[in-house]
Amino acid sequence: MAADGNASTTTEYIQHHLTNWTFGKLPAGTYCDGKSVQETTSWVVAKCPQQMEAMGFSAIHIDSMLWSIGLGIVFLAIFYRCAKKAHTGVPTGMLNLIEIIVEFVDNTVKDSFQYRSRFVAPLALTIFVWVFMMNLMDLMPVDVIPHLATLVAGDPGFYFKIVPTTDPNVTLGMGFTVFFLMIAFSVRQKGLIGFIKELTLHPFRPPTKGVAIILAPVIIAINLILEVVTLLARPVSLGLRLFGNMYAGEMIFILIATMFGAGLLLGLFAGVLQIGWALFHIIIITLQAFVFMVLTIVYMAMAFHNDEEDQFTN
Amino acid sequence: MGLALIAVALLIGLGALGTAIGFAILGGKLLEGSARQPELAPMLQVKMFIVAGLLDAVPMVGVGIAMYILFVTVPGLA
Repeated sequence: MAADGNASTTTEYIQHHLTNWTFGKLPAGTYCDGKSVQETTSWVVAKCPQQMEAMGFSAIHIDSMLWSIGLGIVFLAIFYRCAKKAHTGVPTGMLNLIEIIVEFVDNTVKDSFQYRSRFVAPLALTIFVWVFMMNLMDLMPVDVIPHLATLVAGDPGFYFKIVPTTDPNVTLGMGFTVFFLMIAFSVRQKGLIGFIKELTLHPFRPPTKGVAIILAPVIIAINLILEVVTLLARPVSLGLRLFGNMYAGEMIFILIATMFGAGLLLGLFAGVLQIGWALFHIIIITLQAFVFMVLTIVYMAMAFHNDEEDQFTN
Repeated sequence: MGLALIAVALLIGLGALGTAIGFAILGGKLLEGSARQPELAPMLQVKMFIVAGLLDAVPMVGVGIAMYILFVTVPGLA
């Protein structure tokens, strides 16, 4: 992290805070900044971006995994304890808060999803609360936990990011999970034939009588291209929307934090800026979790929706 | 490195342009709809936030990529 024993430059500070704690299989002969060489192929923690690039697919971001799974366990623990204590009287305290959240998600699901499923509402609740909790880590001041981590690890160049949703792996993973759920429910509701019919016969109806039938394969191909692009755009946009918002927000936190090294006056000004941006970021955090949840519910509703059951289509 | 900086500027600038126009139209429609039927105003506001989230998506992806280019790739090129 330090160039030659001195304090790190602004660029190094920013890049250090944007790098994940990566563990992977490093092939022998990889140079790190032209200095150290990896002797044998082994599973190590990466020390610089060149090593991370060399690890390729075998790299795993341990900090993202720890924080996302850890926050998931916290979410489950809190909700489980409150579910155990639920009663029919007027709720108070933590129970009240949990009931507000569950009721909110329930109303949102009822607004957009008109079918019967025991799976969609818990899915929506999990997505909303889990994404909100992961985003909430962004409000923690930039250096606090990473600095504690460097003290625990004993290595001043230790990479540790605390916001899992700034890692595109996490957000795209969630997006593609929703995508596979969409396809699974579509196939279950409409059958495999129905699912393929939906992909090939919308939006243009291929002619089935007369001379124009020669055009049918062309129209089916056009339909397929349009529908597949729409289908693939959903998980990619879900994941990248959340990632882009959180990455840009964290970037601005880090940029304001670089002002802290520039003297007392600028440091105090930076403190005020941090508070202002954090207040604005609260609404972004909640909104992004809400939008992820609503889009998941809408995609599930589209997976359940059967076009032939619409009354007014010919 | 100069071209990378121009790329960052285009990414953020054009994204901001589209988002600004989109939000302006969206907000205008919300105000119009609330003025016609004030009892629907809360529901319209919720739906506005949903559409705002969708509207923000692509420019935000652009901003995320632009930040990455600006702070991780450009120092590598310089």
